[in-house]
Amino acid sequence: MFKLTAVKYKDILDIKDLKIEEKKITCIVGKSGGGKTTLLKLLNNMVSCDSGLLKFKGQKISDYNPIQLRREIIMLPQNPIMFSTTIKDNFTKTLKYTGNELRSENNYVNLLKKLDLEHNLATDTIKLSGGEKQRLALARVLLLKPKILLLDEPSSALDEDTEKFIIKMVVNYIKENNGTLIMVTHSRSIADEYGDTIITLNNGQIENVEKRR
Amino acid sequence: MDNIIDISLMQIFTAFIFVLILLIIVKREHIGGEWEIILANIRMTVQLILVGYLLTYIFANPNLVFTVIILLLMQGFAIQNIYGRINKRISTDLKKIVAIAMFTGTTITILYFVLIVINLKPWFQPQYFIPLAGMLIGNSMTGISLGIEGLINGIKDNQAMIENALMLGGKPELITKDITGRAFYQAILPTINSMMGMGIVFLPGMMTGQILAGAAPLTAIKYQIVIMLGILGSVTLTVYIMIKWGAKTFFNERSQISISQN
Repeated sequence: MFKLTAVKYKDILDIKDLKIEEKKITCIVGKSGGGKTTLLKLLNNMVSCDSGLLKFKGQKISDYNPIQLRREIIMLPQNPIMFSTTIKDNFTKTLKYTGNELRSENNYVNLLKKLDLEHNLATDTIKLSGGEKQRLALARVLLLKPKILLLDEPSSALDEDTEKFIIKMVVNYIKENNGTLIMVTHSRSIADEYGDTIITLNNGQIENVEKRR
Repeated sequence: MDNIIDISLMQIFTAFIFVLILLIIVKREHIGGEWEIILANIRMTVQLILVGYLLTYIFANPNLVFTVIILLLMQGFAIQNIYGRINKRISTDLKKIVAIAMFTGTTITILYFVLIVINLKPWFQPQYFIPLAGMLIGNSMTGISLGIEGLINGIKDNQAMIENALMLGGKPELITKDITGRAFYQAILPTINSMMGMGIVFLPGMMTGQILAGAAPLTAIKYQIVIMLGILGSVTLTVYIMIKWGAKTFFNERSQISISQN
């Protein structure tokens, strides 16, 4: 699905050759500062490579409309920022920003339940803990029903239970919808548990690609 | 306007007593800044004398080319002034947008004002055209300065939020809608506020000038009403163009945020 050939980005990434398969779970592991987040941003077109070729479904990524592309390949960043004061506003703004029609409140409530967020829609997001904010950010993403999800290190600043919960939710969603997940994680055990493919990225270079399933 | 009291040279000199009082105070109290005060007064006097002679000549010889040149000079100075006032570094693209917004916004309003509202004949009659244009351009300049501050601060302060929304496939113009709306309101607020207090809290400069020059108060207020509406129109148009197009300069053609240039 993604094919990278001689891709360079500043002095952060230098990838000779890499393929990421469709409808699989790919985990990217490696030391911090090794370029994992930047790789996700390249795939989501939040940054463009300085040289080399990055193809998505056989076409150069630069040939796609960047906004349409990001709606297909949604990225959940490491430290999600709330869009507005209340939980409901976070849902409505997500839909407004992406040019979608607003949905009924039931839709939002169901998502909150699914993500184990025991708050009502009027709750101010300032009252949410770090883990709850992360779950709300995931709820915003799921609202858009992405086919391909890029998940950046969901465990940072979270307790272990929230971390496991979020990853499990994402993995279930991807499997149910026959989607693709590319996940950056610092945890080898998570990668071993879920990854169909594990990519080790260090100092901006691919050290190892392990196909497991 | 025949009953206007002319001021003699001697009378002007008597007014400089206020400068003398100020100088004595800053000297006695060791506040400093005497030279700036003296320079400011010399500049004010010399600049106004020059403008007085220039306007006398231009008013006596109404000429389309002169009027247009003065309009362009005023717009040019206003644009330079905006660049100078913004102490943040702004991108070349944003500078271009500021210039385009100032030029098109003020030109459209001024032309509408002299052609339709006042129905000036000939339309370039400098006695009317120049002071009116000056007021519209001056107020638009303040509006744009405030608007650009609001825009730059709004985008910089919300950079992480904007990035988050872009990652979800958000459109830059939809994501920045709240920020541009706030910046726009911030820019037009002083104009709205001055309309609120007009006639009660203060008598505007132009109206005071007309009354001192012998115009009937009812004529003066009619001018003041239309000029305030003209100022509102000009500020609205220039700020709207600047914010609408200026917000786009924070994103590149791949809809990636490129704030470092701004």
